[in-house]
Amino acid sequence: MRRILPFASCLAFATPALAADMNLTVEIPTLKVAEYHRPYVAVWIEREDHSVAANLAVWYDVKKADGEGTNWLKDMRQWWRRSGREQTMPIDGVSGATRPAGQHQLRFSDGKPPLGSLAPGHYELVVEAAREVGGREAQRIPFDWPAKAPVHLSASGTEELGQISLDLNP
Amino acid sequence: MKHAFVRAALGVALALPLAAQAHKMWMVPSATVISGDDAWVTVDAAISNDLYYPDHFPAQLDQLVVTAPDGSMVKPENPSTGKYRSTFDLPVPQKGTYRLALVNQGLFANYEVDGQKKRWRGKPEDVKTAIPANAKNVQLSEMASRVETFVTQGSPSDGALKPTNKGLELVPVTQPNDLVAGEKATFQLIVDGKPAANLKVVAINGATRYRNGQDEIDATTDKDGKFSFTWPSAGMYWVNASTEDTKTSVKEAKQRRLAYTATLEVLPQ
Repeated sequence: MRRILPFASCLAFATPALAADMNLTVEIPTLKVAEYHRPYVAVWIEREDHSVAANLAVWYDVKKADGEGTNWLKDMRQWWRRSGREQTMPIDGVSGATRPAGQHQLRFSDGKPPLGSLAPGHYELVVEAAREVGGREAQRIPFDWPAKAPVHLSASGTEELGQISLDLNP
Repeated sequence: MKHAFVRAALGVALALPLAAQAHKMWMVPSATVISGDDAWVTVDAAISNDLYYPDHFPAQLDQLVVTAPDGSMVKPENPSTGKYRSTFDLPVPQKGTYRLALVNQGLFANYEVDGQKKRWRGKPEDVKTAIPANAKNVQLSEMASRVETFVTQGSPSDGALKPTNKGLELVPVTQPNDLVAGEKATFQLIVDGKPAANLKVVAINGATRYRNGQDEIDATTDKDGKFSFTWPSAGMYWVNASTEDTKTSVKEAKQRRLAYTATLEVLPQ
């Protein structure tokens, strides 16, 4: 796949919809706290009216017996309100286990789930983290889709999220 | 000394009209927005001055009516009434909005026997036997009050929110478990199913013990009975309205007093 990419992005200039993709890095900070639990994290794309265009990732405690891990999904309260409460967990290709501190790279391609085909327009990428006996934080990165040229965007979390970067390729 | 006495007397005189309304009845659930279908909530119900510290009287759980999202009635688990508060648990396996209501209907009587003032409170069918034949200055009034709160598992729904069209009731325009600080929420008040226009509605955030003022916000219903609040901050709001009319169910009662209270949780952005 990787070898084809430069070729694909050349083509993309002519037909932007063909190979547009987004590379996302979400950093979960290392926290020095007495009781640490990995955060629940949701990543999604919002339209200008705050409706959800795509759920990209939901990391939660999938191992607990009887789906008990779903009881705290509401703590990601923006995601819960915008979309989470309408979902049936797990969400195929979107939800997965919580992740440790560190940088996590995610890649999404236009036309493929979970990103799907975004209509051209203005969007916000939202990353929300909520940690048991800890805090909760959401960061937003506004972007235009599709990108006309490669774009590097970023946001910095302060408590529950570290550096978030979003690279859009036409 | 004399001044102090006068001031104290004045204070009492000023406080008296308020005193009748000072006690607030409420139900507070442990959570209002819930994920996971094995979740439960536990609920406190009491009558108190401060919100939400039980310091006066427990709510009577025989008045409790819990409606599930599918419209069915749910029996509360582990009900208990203590000195200052009642509690009960509620499993919330259905997706959607549950309505928890304390529904109180009754007759009040004030009368005199041999010059002594007496009061009675009870059901309309008992009034004839409860008040002695030699009672004088009998004044009867009817009371219908409703104290509610809402709990939603998953997406909000309105199957449990249908009005009974009896007394003063709240009809949500904005879902009662979809309230966020800084956003406007709209509701409608109805009396016997008809819009209750020009009613004053007050909202007070909880934790009143930790501030000096009640910081009450208020609104007035429009001709359609609708009112709106833009929540200044997150919290558990006590929302209350009352009115009176002459539509009594017993002809001896001249006045009907109606009250509606909801505890509504407003979450941070």
